[in-house]
Amino acid sequence: MKLDRYILPVSLILTWQLLSYFKVLPGYLLPSPLKILAGFRDLLITGMPPHHLLYNHVRYSLYRVALGFSMACLVGIPLGVLMGWSSRLRTMISPIIEMIRPIPPLAWIPIAILWFGIGIKSAAFIIFLGSFFPILLNTISGVLSVNNIFLEAARTLNASERDIFFKVLIPGSIPSIFVGMKIGMGIGWMTLVAAEFTGVKEGYGLGYMIMTARDIQRPDEIIAGMFVIGAIGLLINYALASCESKILRWR
Amino acid sequence: MALELINVAKSFYTEGNKNEIQVLKDISCVIEEGRFISITGPSGCGKTTLLRIIAGLEKTTRGRVILDGKDISHQSSRVGLVFQEYALFPWRTTLQNITMGLEIMGVPKQERVKAAMDYINMFGLKGFEHYYPHELSGGMQQRVAIARTLIMGPKIVLMDEPFASLDSQTRNDLQEFLLDLWQERKDTVLFVTHNVDEAVFLSDEIIVLSNRPATVVTRVSVDCPRPRDRTSFECNQIRKRVLETLRELRRDGGRIDK
Repeated sequence: MKLDRYILPVSLILTWQLLSYFKVLPGYLLPSPLKILAGFRDLLITGMPPHHLLYNHVRYSLYRVALGFSMACLVGIPLGVLMGWSSRLRTMISPIIEMIRPIPPLAWIPIAILWFGIGIKSAAFIIFLGSFFPILLNTISGVLSVNNIFLEAARTLNASERDIFFKVLIPGSIPSIFVGMKIGMGIGWMTLVAAEFTGVKEGYGLGYMIMTARDIQRPDEIIAGMFVIGAIGLLINYALASCESKILRWR
Repeated sequence: MALELINVAKSFYTEGNKNEIQVLKDISCVIEEGRFISITGPSGCGKTTLLRIIAGLEKTTRGRVILDGKDISHQSSRVGLVFQEYALFPWRTTLQNITMGLEIMGVPKQERVKAAMDYINMFGLKGFEHYYPHELSGGMQQRVAIARTLIMGPKIVLMDEPFASLDSQTRNDLQEFLLDLWQERKDTVLFVTHNVDEAVFLSDEIIVLSNRPATVVTRVSVDCPRPRDRTSFECNQIRKRVLETLRELRRDGGRIDK
């Protein structure tokens, strides 16, 4: 039943609203759903801080993510393809990757600020770090997982190593590259919000917005902001998935 | 004379060259141009390895492979190989799979599409040009794979149990299709199969290999007139001979289980 999907969420929200109405839930910690809706309206119209509208927060956040994410793709995909292709390159580069990868992207914030100052460059760098590794590792494993029989089929058609690289290894690893991009985007988006907690020069950003709402005790706007962040994450993922199914029609 | 194998031997090595597994001991034979030759033998005897050597996918340990007077033991050349698992590129459509080889050769797009369309018509693939392999039946996939190989005009066509994973109806259809094609084009075909019926129905001659390490046990001429009747007396006699040879091999070498 399609309705089954909605039974639990709707009854949860109704219960939540009732509990808030009868003051069982303290409003200063968890505002009622209607209050949150009003907070959302305030974010849209008044802005947080005032005159900093939600629309612009979203725009700045998306811009930062787009920048960091595309850098991660631009570096991660070609490097991953090369590392998958050449075992020598893989042996040479893997130790460095394995050393850097366990450092959480957020642990880079202090040094990023030292290097790039507070602003778009720092934020993009943090996103880059969050997205880069999943993209790189999935690309490498994508190239490695291309079935040997396709390489042999190409060889019997007199393919050179160059042909094999461009006509077999790359198209064959695209599904895995997409997996990496989806994970990378997800991590990038999460990292961004945290990175914006540490301050933004432009005065815009969803993470910055909800921290400001906390500073002036507006839990309704904090939670509304959280929902916006989640919804955008969902939308981005949906957009990538629909790109994927269009490009990977052959699967 | 198209293809000549001279004392071809092949060993695989495991654990840093300590363990030698000899697959082919000593294979010598001549495959004349325009002939349809089948290779059969006990399972695991190295039939596929032999084809892979001729296709240039494996190197010989000893011996030479001569094609049209040229030694091709250490390089791939104009040899076509049709795989049992079709090995179509899943990200390419029927048309793009068939044109792959021409694309690699640098044939201009218009020309290669035109050439491929001829094959698509001839192979009963019309209307499926823009389908991806996963959208085609097994029989159609294998036809695409055969077209992809033949469009390159190979000197010799190697087929590695190409119909083994098809149901018996489709297999019969494709055998007949392949024969019609061969009678028209007179390609030199080297066809590996473990299916004796198939070998008898298709070939001019059947080469029987021994247990591993393989040598040529015997070459059986299939002197039945074409078109052949699968159930004719002559065909049955030859089938019986080949089956008996294989049975003896099993008894001699013991069954080789993988």
